[in-house]
Amino acid sequence: MEEDVRLMKGNEAIAHAAIRYGADGYFGYPITPQSEILETLEAEMPWETTGMVVLQAESEIAAINMVYAGAACGKAVFTSSSSPGVSLKQEGISYIAAGELPALIVNVMRGGPGLGTIHPSQADYFQATKGGGHGDYHLIVLAPATVQEMADFVTLGFDLAFKYRTPAMILADGMVGQMMEKVVLPPARPRRTDEEIARQCPWAVTGKPATRKPNIMTTLELDSYQMERNNERYQRTYRLIEENEVRYQEYYTDDADYLIVAFGSIARICLKSIEEARKQGIRIGLIRPITLWPYPYKTITGLSKRIKGILVVEINAGQMIEDVRLAVEGRVPVYHFGRLGGIVPNPNEVLDAFKHNFPEAQ
Amino acid sequence: MKEEIIIAGFGGQGVLSMGKILAYAALMDNLEVTWMPSYGPEQRGGTANVTVILSDSPISSPILDSYDTAVILNQQSLDKFEACIKPGGTLIYDSYGIHRAPTRTDITVHRIDAMEATFEMESAKTYNMVVLGALLKIKPLVPMESVIKGLKKTLPERHHHLIPMNEAAIIRGMQLTE
Repeated sequence: MEEDVRLMKGNEAIAHAAIRYGADGYFGYPITPQSEILETLEAEMPWETTGMVVLQAESEIAAINMVYAGAACGKAVFTSSSSPGVSLKQEGISYIAAGELPALIVNVMRGGPGLGTIHPSQADYFQATKGGGHGDYHLIVLAPATVQEMADFVTLGFDLAFKYRTPAMILADGMVGQMMEKVVLPPARPRRTDEEIARQCPWAVTGKPATRKPNIMTTLELDSYQMERNNERYQRTYRLIEENEVRYQEYYTDDADYLIVAFGSIARICLKSIEEARKQGIRIGLIRPITLWPYPYKTITGLSKRIKGILVVEINAGQMIEDVRLAVEGRVPVYHFGRLGGIVPNPNEVLDAFKHNFPEAQ
Repeated sequence: MKEEIIIAGFGGQGVLSMGKILAYAALMDNLEVTWMPSYGPEQRGGTANVTVILSDSPISSPILDSYDTAVILNQQSLDKFEACIKPGGTLIYDSYGIHRAPTRTDITVHRIDAMEATFEMESAKTYNMVVLGALLKIKPLVPMESVIKGLKKTLPERHHHLIPMNEAAIIRGMQLTE
């Protein structure tokens, strides 16, 4: 078992976890800061062991459409990219959502907009949680803070995607992609056989026997009444996900006078700021949403009734703060602190920003 | 136990791999560890640094504004990080190419001549292991056997015959300081 404790980058952990999950295929195109996902898969050569396909596509758009096709066949398939590349994939993601297909998309965010920088960012929060592509759809969005979660969320992302037949996204950033930490990899399991896929995914395109009607995968529906019914079905799934799959982590909230809300690796920086603040007698708690959609509105609403104020820390110009404000419903002040374009604040800067916004806390 | 370390120098000096071997050694010692590089289009001649945190409890932020120990291998890094060492902390720097010596008096400063030692050994590629040796002599963070285990984990098997050479470099580095 000692063999399974490794030191690796978050990107490498995703690749290893996917092979061990029994993923059927990866389709991607290199871009910093996530190229180690493709590189690690190529180096591991899982096609020789599990039979998993690893393919460097001609573009991000080709890759996401390969995922669309693989998912239609009931296969566990995924793609990864970084911000500009994920923008290119949005049309395909909307199609996968409309086709009610399970798939995993990894975005290791970098500074934007445009081609931007190669350094960490969280500026794709809106894109990931509010649509991104066209039409009324949602992705299940998981925000890892550790290399361990990079590995764990591959399993969780695929499992949720198949459970609800909807695409899931791991929304990471360059920091958790590039850093190395201890990681315990999940146990390896074999890929599902064609028979298992046919049994577990009766909706999938698996070769039509005489005993059933053809499974047709299309997102085109010219009858608007039928398209409305389709949309109502998507929405029922989303309500189910909102009821059952909200995940978050709380630190020091029991006695907190103030809250910091932060996701992903930035939450760890904030945790260090909070530990320093507590040494100075300032009682701050931390909420780290793990699912960015569905969002832990209820938890934040509940806490907002017994605290004095909230600082939202994210490396963007203020995106998740909108969800925090929806949850707080104006009860207490909600402020934002962020750095832009690929700059990551250090724990001291976060604490200074807190004191600047809440001078009465000292 | 918690040690927050910055290792900084030129790209190509082996800063990132030295941090990686230290991190692996700590992992072999059952410590929690984070290794956070300054990643980017760094190449030989540019600057590179890595933050390594070793701890016996879970580690929060992998990015820091102050360090217990700084291992500094060029002037730019000394200029940048000298002020970021915690009072009472440790600065280890290679004298090679340093024309403005450190001035802090509230930290312990160790000057090492690792580059010179590497020239004498005629094995430029083990420079970072000489530096690692000096660090481990000054700060015995992990035992030698864990470092060797770390080397075995970091190097591909076809390079394992180089381990004795690296071990010799670490021992040479340990002799550079009292």
